[in-house]
Amino acid sequence: MSAASATPANFPSSRRWLVWSGIAALCAWVLVPIYLVALGALGGRQGVYQWPKTGLPTGISIEPFLLFLRSEGVTQSFLNSLGAAGITVVLSIALGAPAGYALARYSFVGKDSYRLLVLLTRAFPLAILALPLTVSFIRLGLYDTVYGVGLIHTVLALPFAALVTQGIFLGVPRELEEAAWIFGCSRVQAFFKVVVPLAMPGIVATAVFAFVISWNEVFAASVLTVRNRTLTAYLLTVLSESPMHFRFAGGLLLILPSVVFIFAVRRYLFAIWGISSK
Amino acid sequence: MADIIIDRVQKTFAAFHALKDVSLTIGDGEFVSLLGPSGCGKTTLLRIIAGLETATAGDVRIGGKTVIGLAPKDRGLAMVFQNYAVFPHMTVYENVAFGLRMQKADDARVKAQVERTAGLLHIEEYLDRYPNRLSGGQRQRVAVARALAVEPKVLLMDEPLSNLDALLRLEMRTELKTVLQSAGTTTIYVTHDQTEAMGLSDRIAVMHYGVIEQVGTPVEVYNHPRTRFVGGFIGSPPMNFIRLPVIAGEVEAGGQKLAVPAGATGEILLGLRGEAVERVSTADGLPMHVRVAEPMGSHLLLTGSIRDQLVRIVLPASETVRGGDTIGLKLDRDRLTWLSPDSGKAYPATP
Amino acid sequence: MWPGIRSFRQRRYQMTSNRSWTPYLLILPSVAFLALLFVAPLVQTIWLALSENGAPSLANMRTMVNDLNFVPSLRNTFLLALAVVPVQVAIALAMGTLVAKIGAGRETILWIWTIPLGISDLAAGMVWLAILQNTGYLNSLLFGLGLIERQTAWLTYQTPVALFVGIAVAEIWRGTAIVMVIIVAGLNQVPREYREAAEIFGAGPWTRFWRITLPLIRPALQSALILRTVLAFEVFAVVYALGGRNFPVLVGEAYTWQNQNQNYGVAGAYAVLIMVISLAATVVYLKAIKVDPERLP
Repeated sequence: MSAASATPANFPSSRRWLVWSGIAALCAWVLVPIYLVALGALGGRQGVYQWPKTGLPTGISIEPFLLFLRSEGVTQSFLNSLGAAGITVVLSIALGAPAGYALARYSFVGKDSYRLLVLLTRAFPLAILALPLTVSFIRLGLYDTVYGVGLIHTVLALPFAALVTQGIFLGVPRELEEAAWIFGCSRVQAFFKVVVPLAMPGIVATAVFAFVISWNEVFAASVLTVRNRTLTAYLLTVLSESPMHFRFAGGLLLILPSVVFIFAVRRYLFAIWGISSK
Repeated sequence: MADIIIDRVQKTFAAFHALKDVSLTIGDGEFVSLLGPSGCGKTTLLRIIAGLETATAGDVRIGGKTVIGLAPKDRGLAMVFQNYAVFPHMTVYENVAFGLRMQKADDARVKAQVERTAGLLHIEEYLDRYPNRLSGGQRQRVAVARALAVEPKVLLMDEPLSNLDALLRLEMRTELKTVLQSAGTTTIYVTHDQTEAMGLSDRIAVMHYGVIEQVGTPVEVYNHPRTRFVGGFIGSPPMNFIRLPVIAGEVEAGGQKLAVPAGATGEILLGLRGEAVERVSTADGLPMHVRVAEPMGSHLLLTGSIRDQLVRIVLPASETVRGGDTIGLKLDRDRLTWLSPDSGKAYPATP
Repeated sequence: MWPGIRSFRQRRYQMTSNRSWTPYLLILPSVAFLALLFVAPLVQTIWLALSENGAPSLANMRTMVNDLNFVPSLRNTFLLALAVVPVQVAIALAMGTLVAKIGAGRETILWIWTIPLGISDLAAGMVWLAILQNTGYLNSLLFGLGLIERQTAWLTYQTPVALFVGIAVAEIWRGTAIVMVIIVAGLNQVPREYREAAEIFGAGPWTRFWRITLPLIRPALQSALILRTVLAFEVFAVVYALGGRNFPVLVGEAYTWQNQNQNYGVAGAYAVLIMVISLAATVVYLKAIKVDPERLP
């Protein structure tokens, strides 16, 4: 952006200083708490009771964190979380992307009603719907399983996936698809030869968001599981009886994967939210 | 044989009639332009021929066989799109080869065809590049090469030059004509640019509000527009229309007595091409009040009024006229068009 | 035949023959899924809340309203939403404005600011627990500055205001990112020419913000507010991680009734209440922030 980079040059230096100190303060506001919880997670029992704390990375080691990982239930719940998130990703893309394609490429009777249904989900606290599902899930054998959690998380991620993939498919010019039809492709062939390769990065970004949505969800996962806890549900239930440094380690373990994923899709963040907030 | 017969094709979008009963016959190897302002239905007609749009009623036959209900891929045609539609995830080579690959042509044929058409369109150097790194003009060449590589019976072009800048457009126009003349493909070319249509086509179909107003060679539609719309749309400056009273089968224009077609009474509309005049002394000719004179180098463009009606007149560059002058004009009898002021339709040419 | 009728029938025939089933096939799986797992449980929840032993009844509602924790949880949830959402929008607007003023480093800074987007409310609670607990960093800092003499407890039943502030800060910390992303996406869609034109005609930065930028990002603002407010009424894990049951909120009560008291009816009543509040908030935003497509670029 040439216009954006041209502005600072003729900027009074005092105002420039103000802008940058504001930015620095907001960066610190985001980063320092994460740094501190990491210190807590790596500081172990002694770290928790150290007083007063300096905030410097002294006396830390990976041991306390590894100890936490080895404690009972953590690995299993970590894997359960991965499983539920995996199911969420697969289902929300498999169900949402075709709907997104239909919204992007066809005009049909009922399109507006469908969009309304999708948008309506946004006005509801969806995780709450886990409450009545307990009964039917018990009957269907889905209660206390990773599948059940994946299903309810898909309700959270699916509307998002449909709206975002609609935007992504709109971003693939219709003309390209038509050109493929003209030059010998059937509709299905054209979709896989032209649309899929071009939409792939955006679909991957959508998948990552679906993953993060599921990974972070606490309420529904806690309501629908007893023994097969996801990581969030496990941490919530053992919260009151676990020592402080275990809680910090749990927090760090929750944060790490999603931060990595958000980093991976950072380029699409704004495009996606620009689309889905329309 | 790939003649195209468009037989009473209609298209409605909800309550909007995009095409009202359009019929057109295009001979094998002929180059026909669909010309008209945006929204006239020309692109819709092209897309119906391509199979990208379904006609509400009517028939389209290519090479004698109806193509209604056939998928685009089964119609044996190629198309060049307005925004090129060059696949960004494939190299130029793979783009040009795309149609042949879909026909499962063997590698030797693909290679030969790609090299031949790339040579025709001067894109040999870019074959292994991706389209994102090409300019608009280069992408358009790729799009044309991709269409020609499959040696289609029918080539459809949808405003292929409209996204290029003026200079490039002129260059590509000449080049297209060279390439297509030798290919001998039946071509339908959609454009809103009358100079493109005039320069390239064997025949032009002028469209307006979902109707073909006139079909004819460029010279025919230029000199003998069948409606007021055609005259006004084709030519730069557009044809002038001057309302004149008819007295005893004649109109009087600055000393000239001009016979009008039989049956015209009351008033008549004179269609006058800007260059179908000659400057004479004010006393001897039809007086024109010049408001603005624009020397264009090759000619002199005058805007002003004749009998209080706006006209644009073209005189040789050697004439000197200034804004505010009044000049006399003598009309070229053989190049006048007479139209009914009520219907806007031309009277049949007087024998 | 009467011409009007004939053309009408003809049109109908054409429309059906033109209609393709493909889009319906494409949306069918998601419609079926949402019907089963969104609409059905929605209806079930309402039925659970408004029935007892299979007959319509307000008993669950009465139990909920008469519960000791009901009024505090309702009050706390509302106060939290009122405190958190405006601050989040203000910080997000500040972020959007600041980042628009810089060139190099823009991407990195935006990434840093979006990190909390990937952080769950439970994790956010843990993060702020590390800061606010008795031997935590806040106390260490205050002690170092000489403002307190010994460890002070902030997150107990006896310090409701401090607990409230702590929870609010944690929510603001975590939830601002999503507002920021939506608002920056909205700002990106406003061509800078508008602001430049206003500047040429003599509008100062403040006027430009209020008269040009803010009206043009209304759609983004609206959707950010709806999303954030609905999420604010769902607040639960942050509260639980920081205050346990010291600070009752609506979703927390639903959780307790469901999992500890095994009373699905009252849990359902809470769920219905939360849904009604969320829907009402959405309607209020839709009415209050009118988005007129004709007045947008």
